[in-house]
Amino acid sequence: MQPDKSHTALANYERLRLTWLLGGVVSVLAVAAISLSLGPANISVNSIIFEIIDRFPLLEANSNLSEIHSNIVWEVRLPRVILGGLVGATLALSGATYQAVFRNPLADPYLLGAAAGAGLGATLALVNRWGDGSGAGDAVPLLAFCGALLAVAITYFMGLTGDSSRSPASLLLAGVAVASFLTAIQTFILQQNADTIRQVYTWILGRLNTASWGEVWLLLPYALGTSCVILLNRRILDVMRLGDAEAASLGIRPDRTRKIMVVAASLATAAAVAVSGLISFVGIIVPHTIRLLFGSSNRIVLPLSMLFGASFMIAVDLLGRTVVSPSEIPIGVITSFCGAPFFIFVLRSSRRSI
Amino acid sequence: MFSSCGGEESITADEATADTQAPVIEEPSDDNKLVTLEADEEVPAGPQSIVSLSPTATEMLFAIGAGSQVVAVDNYSYYPKEAPVIEDLSAWSPNIEAIAEFEPDLVVLSDAGVQEELESLGIEVLVLPAVTNLDGVYEQIAELGVATANVDGAGVLVASMRAEISLIIDNIVTPEKPLTYFHELDDTLYSITSGTFIGQIYEMVGLSNIADPADADGSAYGYPQLTQEFILESDPDLIFFVDASCCGQSVEIIGERPGWDVLKAVRNGTVIEMNADIASRWGPRLVQFLQSLSDAVALVPAG
Repeated sequence: MQPDKSHTALANYERLRLTWLLGGVVSVLAVAAISLSLGPANISVNSIIFEIIDRFPLLEANSNLSEIHSNIVWEVRLPRVILGGLVGATLALSGATYQAVFRNPLADPYLLGAAAGAGLGATLALVNRWGDGSGAGDAVPLLAFCGALLAVAITYFMGLTGDSSRSPASLLLAGVAVASFLTAIQTFILQQNADTIRQVYTWILGRLNTASWGEVWLLLPYALGTSCVILLNRRILDVMRLGDAEAASLGIRPDRTRKIMVVAASLATAAAVAVSGLISFVGIIVPHTIRLLFGSSNRIVLPLSMLFGASFMIAVDLLGRTVVSPSEIPIGVITSFCGAPFFIFVLRSSRRSI
Repeated sequence: MFSSCGGEESITADEATADTQAPVIEEPSDDNKLVTLEADEEVPAGPQSIVSLSPTATEMLFAIGAGSQVVAVDNYSYYPKEAPVIEDLSAWSPNIEAIAEFEPDLVVLSDAGVQEELESLGIEVLVLPAVTNLDGVYEQIAELGVATANVDGAGVLVASMRAEISLIIDNIVTPEKPLTYFHELDDTLYSITSGTFIGQIYEMVGLSNIADPADADGSAYGYPQLTQEFILESDPDLIFFVDASCCGQSVEIIGERPGWDVLKAVRNGTVIEMNADIASRWGPRLVQFLQSLSDAVALVPAG
């Protein structure tokens, strides 16, 4: 393996191997199984399996669990594991997509202001007490979702009008400006309503603590729809790595692709942020780790980012709820705390370039 | 601007004839003021324009009879309702000029953040930080009594609080095995341990806190975030929630949370809303808080 191979953008020999894909699937299932079987309540693995089987239509199994334990398995652990997996997959895929369309290794899902917009939306809902805490359909996720999309939309139009050549750089700068502007408003509102500071702070650090099926059903369609769109464009994204002019000469319309990708990744990010708050770092470290370990073609990075993003998030959430059990560590803290050293390790030990 | 002694006197003006012996300490500027000074049995001494930037201190000031000496309170000091709330006066980010504008002769703070700045303007400052136990409450009330020249009022308040609280505690019938409770601060399941001030109040009535193991080493300063699974597993006898006003929670919404329907507290109707202000302050209304605890314990079915 020669280090300069991956510099060739259109590296045809970089194929997605079936074993890697299977490895990703196995990692998700393994981490999910471990996560399902651990928690403050002492429930045997057998009972958990029977309980889950019993819940499927047409299947009968007797888990002999008490009502409370049965609820812990079905209403608490399982939705939390599934939601964690969906959020991780979504954020990692969105991050990888942003990195591809902007040809910028520092791009993350919050690049175009999604985090700031979601933060402002959630803060507004929390400060005005619009929510009733009823979960997925509540005002907080709704406003976070709208805020994230609105922020990206503003960024997109600002970035376009400033520069007729529509360079990705102007879009990124617009994102920085919009994010600081919205954060300023959010901070001001928060300052005027000091009593909600802890709630907003908790939201910003990310949460899977109160995950339920409601959140899963809210996120699932966005996660599925957008990942299909992104994955179907993986080859075009590879071509775009050459640069806009080169891609155009190969018959691709870079602006159009970028627009579709940005809309898809932003929708996915907004939905993830709405149900789980701002979970940082996943969108950067997972795709880069994949690039360093397996290769930088988007045909590899995009699907593997999804799978390993899911298993990473489930694992991190498991730590968050077990390390100091029975209390919680906010998930956003652990993603960075565990993710950063691991990423630096991979960065230093890999001979590939980003 | 607010005149320093306007308004509050009108109530007592009718009693003007009752007592004419009280010494006059101020030159009368108009007839009404003179009348009111005479009307009070006690001559107002001590500070006459108090600014309180602590909701707890505001409650205490009014309860010891210093209310008429208070000219301005911060935007969260909305109890009692006579308190002169100034919407722009923030205790969270205090503005020295905004405080100084009231020309206070005493400012009560709950943290020492702007103490030095105020003192450099020659303003008397009393800092009454959050207390750790009930004795701390009594001490602060007494301190306020001294600082505002309402020593008697403070003494009466402390005595009545002590009496009422011991009456409530004597009348509580607690089962042999202590009842367990979960105190919900917000809908992300932050709670308190028995090490906190309010946790000690629960302990006084013999309740056992499910959150204690969650912060055994004190690293969360008594405010751990519980996992949902742990709450279900603990299945507390009582759930007290203070997040009705912050987070729109209600008995119904808590009962409808996924998986919570089978909890003892939900089935027995012992999910109880508590006043968030009382539970987060350390003021005279703690008596009401204890009374609600006592009522709640009575709701728990025996056995």
